Amino acid sequence: MLKTTPLNKIHRQLGARMVDFGGWDMPVQYSGVIAEHLAVRTAAGLFDVSHMGEIEVRGADALAYIQQLTTNDASKLSDGQVQYSAMCYKNGGVVDDLTLYRFAADHYLFCVNASNIEKDFAWMQEVLNNGEYTDVSLTNRSDSFAQLALQGPRADAILAKLTDTDLEAIEYYRFAEGEVAGAATIISRTGYTGEAGFELYFAPEQAETIWQALMEAGAPEGLLPIGLGARDTLRLEKKYALYGHELSSQITPLEGGIAWITKLDKPSFIGKEPLCQMKNAGVPRRLVGLRMTEPGVPREHYPVFIGDQEVGIVTSGTMSPSLRVGIALALISTGHHSIGTEVSIGIRNRQVAAEIVKTPFV
Amino acid sequence: MDIRNELKYSKDHEWVRIEDGIATVGISDFAQQALGDVVFVELPEIGTTLSTGQTFGVVESVKAVSDIYAPVAGEVVSINEELPDTPDQINSSPYEDGWLVKIKLADSPADGELMDAEAYRACIAEQ
Repeated sequence: MLKTTPLNKIHRQLGARMVDFGGWDMPVQYSGVIAEHLAVRTAAGLFDVSHMGEIEVRGADALAYIQQLTTNDASKLSDGQVQYSAMCYKNGGVVDDLTLYRFAADHYLFCVNASNIEKDFAWMQEVLNNGEYTDVSLTNRSDSFAQLALQGPRADAILAKLTDTDLEAIEYYRFAEGEVAGAATIISRTGYTGEAGFELYFAPEQAETIWQALMEAGAPEGLLPIGLGARDTLRLEKKYALYGHELSSQITPLEGGIAWITKLDKPSFIGKEPLCQMKNAGVPRRLVGLRMTEPGVPREHYPVFIGDQEVGIVTSGTMSPSLRVGIALALISTGHHSIGTEVSIGIRNRQVAAEIVKTPFV
Repeated sequence: MDIRNELKYSKDHEWVRIEDGIATVGISDFAQQALGDVVFVELPEIGTTLSTGQTFGVVESVKAVSDIYAPVAGEVVSINEELPDTPDQINSSPYEDGWLVKIKLADSPADGELMDAEAYRACIAEQ
């Protein structure tokens, strides 16, 4: 039995194509991936991301616990601020990537990937049980929140019609608690598309009301509902990692392109020692961007070659709707990963030319 | 769903229009809708000999790669040269501008090898 979000009925009414996404019955597209992708880049798009998980951490020892649990430096957060971070296993592989919200010194919220909620909560519980934290409580609040992402250059104008909250005062990666269409909402200036926009958290009972209000307010601005298909092409154009592709228990943050949120100078965190060793010994492979120089569409698991030598593997690939060319993220052996390197991608039985390029792609 | 009475269909969702021993082949409206936005097409070389059911090309949407199978046997005598540059013709005009190849029939298709429109409607109703 697939899990559903509070908006399942609306997706079906809109004629969305539904797919099994990690156990969730989710819309992959409504009008079409390319049209939806371009709407987000040029106007605005509304995504149901209620399947994402929320785990609350409260207590006087919350920060000490989170510092041990995550790779980024949570001590840098102030109230109302969000941080992109990750959790690692002891061997340095990635448990999950996440966003961390600080409400108060003793109150944080983790937003984690839908398919990892149970695994993450179990891991967080294990770390808590093994540590010496006298005052930390952990609650899986995933069922308490529905979540929408409103993304695109018209997002501010649309949301402003439905809230008294001063949106201009919310800086990038900060959030405010206010009302949207009369419902209590966490308004977060974050997202997974590389566009201006918001992620909105509210009670599941409010989901249909807020969705409809946003769609009505957004209609004159060109707002479209957006499925998982365009969510993936949008994030890929910006080189945002996706768990299970660029990050996994078998890929460290140093390899998977999130070294920038891995603070090896922090006193300690789980996975730090093997990651320091990896850094000192030389990170064996790096995440790079590839752009096809011959016609073709790169896909996950396709091999990457220099001459006849296999030097890496594609982790995500697609035809970029913005650039109209094949693009990919790939893990490439260090030494072969510099920008400008000419490579080829094994597409079916042919080697098709590509080049390592600067990212983001757009 | 646009299913045309004058065409024959394969179980792999290709359509066939036979005129003077030449079969024009494309993918059905059902298939293009299922694929979504087509962004890449790989077609065989002219002169390739195909047997029925043989993979002769690939149609890729943003999210998926799909093989295309020869619904009839014969020699490829023409390919749609416009498709590599405008693969979305398969979405916008699956039965006209979005045709894939023309195959000179080796033999007439055997009875039951291809479906008429009515049988194809029943076939996709089950999916």
